[in-house]
Amino acid sequence: MTTPTPSAPAAGAEVLEAIGLTKHFPVRRRLRGLFSRTRTAVHAVDDVRLTLHRGRVTALVGESGSGKSTVARLLAQLYPRTAGTIALHGEPVTVRGGRPFRAYARRVQLIFQDPFASLNPVHTVRYHLTRALRVHGNAGRTDADLDAALRRLLERVRLTPAERYLDAFPHELSGGQRQRIAIARALGADPEVLLADEPVSMLDVSIRLGVLNLLRELKERFDLAILYITHDIASARYFADETLVMYAGRLVEGGDSETVTQRPAHPYTRLLIGSAPDPDRITGDGGTDVAERGDGEPPSLIRPPAGCRFHPRCPVAMPRCAEELPPRLTVGDHDGHWTACWLYHPDVTGAGAAAAPVGGEAGR
Amino acid sequence: MSEPVLEIRRLSVDYGLGDSAVRAVRDVDLTLHRGEVLGLAGESGSGKSTLAYGLTRLLPPPGVISGGEVVYHPVDGPPVDVLTLSPTQLRAFRWAETSIVFQGAMNSLNPVHKVSTQLMDVIRAHQPGLGRPARLARARELLRLVGISADRLDSYPHQLSGGMRQRVMIGMALALEPQVVIMDEPTTALDVVMQRQILSQLAELRERLGFAVLFITHDLSLLVEFSDRIAIMYGGRIVEQAPAAQLYGAALHPYTDGLLHSFPALRGPRRELTGIPGAPPDLRAMPDGCAFHPRCPRAFAPCDSRLPRLGPPADAPDRAVACWLHPAPEAATR
Ligand SMILES: Nc1ncnc2c1ncn2[C@@H]1O[C@H](COP(=O)(O)OP(=O)(O)OP(=O)(O)O)[C@@H](O)[C@H]1O
Ligand SMILES: Nc1ncnc2c1ncn2[C@@H]1O[C@H](COP(=O)(O)OP(=O)(O)OP(=O)(O)O)[C@@H](O)[C@H]1O
Ligand code: SF4
Ligand code: SF4
Ligand SMILES: [Mg+2]
Ligand SMILES: [Mg+2]
Repeated sequence: MTTPTPSAPAAGAEVLEAIGLTKHFPVRRRLRGLFSRTRTAVHAVDDVRLTLHRGRVTALVGESGSGKSTVARLLAQLYPRTAGTIALHGEPVTVRGGRPFRAYARRVQLIFQDPFASLNPVHTVRYHLTRALRVHGNAGRTDADLDAALRRLLERVRLTPAERYLDAFPHELSGGQRQRIAIARALGADPEVLLADEPVSMLDVSIRLGVLNLLRELKERFDLAILYITHDIASARYFADETLVMYAGRLVEGGDSETVTQRPAHPYTRLLIGSAPDPDRITGDGGTDVAERGDGEPPSLIRPPAGCRFHPRCPVAMPRCAEELPPRLTVGDHDGHWTACWLYHPDVTGAGAAAAPVGGEAGR
Repeated sequence: MSEPVLEIRRLSVDYGLGDSAVRAVRDVDLTLHRGEVLGLAGESGSGKSTLAYGLTRLLPPPGVISGGEVVYHPVDGPPVDVLTLSPTQLRAFRWAETSIVFQGAMNSLNPVHKVSTQLMDVIRAHQPGLGRPARLARARELLRLVGISADRLDSYPHQLSGGMRQRVMIGMALALEPQVVIMDEPTTALDVVMQRQILSQLAELRERLGFAVLFITHDLSLLVEFSDRIAIMYGGRIVEQAPAAQLYGAALHPYTDGLLHSFPALRGPRRELTGIPGAPPDLRAMPDGCAFHPRCPRAFAPCDSRLPRLGPPADAPDRAVACWLHPAPEAATR
């Protein structure tokens, strides 16, 4: 592995790590709340453990509303967390606003999910990008430096010719064009960690491919650690080294992307993979694996189901599933493939099986 | 095919006036039939949203319709050209007949009102006679329809995830029980399980209520599975149109073919993704002839000078393509 500077840690080294990451949003209840004094909260994220590594992409997939954006915002230190620790290069960090936050943000950049909300409508592309470059000291010394840096950013996200976009306002751009501006802005900081929340959701496949290749190139050339939140599981397969699956606030499965997508273990992951659009289904030559079971509603996160949160919808739930929270268990003999599901407990798989609680990190 | 409900004829839309105008939609002909799902796909910036805004007359300035007509066929009564309606007529028409879920809809809920209030307002506008308890019940039902548990009814928009906000907007559009539903990238923030649930709810409702859907997305694989017909846009024009299965089975336009070969497959062996080389066209300086020619692997003599017209190729009368490889019989004789 080549590293850009001799002192830089090797690729694969841990950059950002979260342990026990938890976020509960307090809510006020209608009427009933007047009479009962019990506090209620949305259990958005519970006990999430993940590690981002240099030069690696970790995909976070899962149900809408399962807490993916909240995880990204917690890692970016935009919210205080309810519990848990976040460590950057092994150093626990908690920053709230001001200069420490800016210093942190320079190293850990978040690309927001919604490009319609994250760009200020009264400012041009030039303003947004110039600001990002300046704040992080990457604007160069002269106007020519700045101009070159701006063009480089736009070229990287394939918005060319640059003149066409530099002086445009956000409303003059299509959805996908805005999304690319948001990516360019994050790149302006030259970060170590990129938290990309659905960075390509509005891009058509060919440009999407371009942006994903771009992110891959960044990870390879600059050893970036990338968290890639997506609903496009196929792109996680192609683009992420490791894939984590989230359901109702908890991580339920993790492992290398090819294994998780091709041999999903957790019943929710299986449902997810089975539901992916598959054009071959209608043309008749695509086999018969119709989604295992697409019914059932997502659970309330204000009163999340006890035990395994998937149990009300799970086609293979057992009595213990409704009572006890399943721990992380190794799946088969795949190193680093784990799931939080009782099906993989030695009691169920038989004592001789390789399943055992996983003590270490996801996908190490 | 059933009778048309919406006919778009030679529609053109510009941003700006005079020399500085850019034409984002060019001469588009497109027909939506009663009860069908018509998918509209195409690369970012190709004019899909502009087309949707244009045909509902919701174009924000400096957008102007520079030509064409949009004919709506009500269930009973004579057809109307939407583009000639007065503002009052237009308002009545919109509430009753079409509803639209905008791209970025997750951002268009009013941040200071609860979801319940906003849903109930829409329900009241549609069914003024309904009492409050009935409206509340309807609001719950709509949320359930889009997979949000009823205990989130009193959330404010910022308390919902991106996909949840998107789903609230879909629920609102369906509250109106319209004849035509236009959805611009409505599911970008939804996981596929939810996407599938919502799309099958939509299909079920469509069976029951008989509305037609114009579904805009960049996700061609979704369209192939869920729509009856697909239209592909490039550089502001429709370049191909066909029944979904036929389009997937054999794309005629090289751009469509490129699109089909650039999405990664979830199943089966990993294959090399080719993508489409080159950059999208600059609307201010559109290439002559076929707008795709600078990127087209199969470009040949006429492509850089003569515009291919959209028309049925000789051997496939129920589809249409704008490409010199498949000249329409009448275009070939021009
Ligand atoms: N400020 C808030 N107050 C209360 N609840 C919140 C708040 N922000 C998020 N939530 C809730 O936390 C849960 C997780 O939201 P989050 O945005 O992280 O989901 P997500 O996985 O990113 O979903 P999507 O894929 O739809 O974007 C949701 O139920 C959401 O309603
Ligand atoms: N107000 C405006 N002024 C000038 N140009 C505009 C304006 N709004 C849109 N455009 C341009 O018109 C073209 C078409 O935009 P449109 O939003 O219709 O694309 P789209 O096909 O919906 O793309 P996406 O898939 O990215 O949403 C784009 O190139 C865009 O930059
Ligand atoms: S723990 Fe039980 S309920 Fe949960 S996914 Fe596994 S089998 Fe299903
Ligand atoms: S008309 Fe020519 S350039 Fe255009 S798509 Fe067809 S072959 Fe390619
Ligand atoms: Mg999100
Ligand atoms: Mg659009």
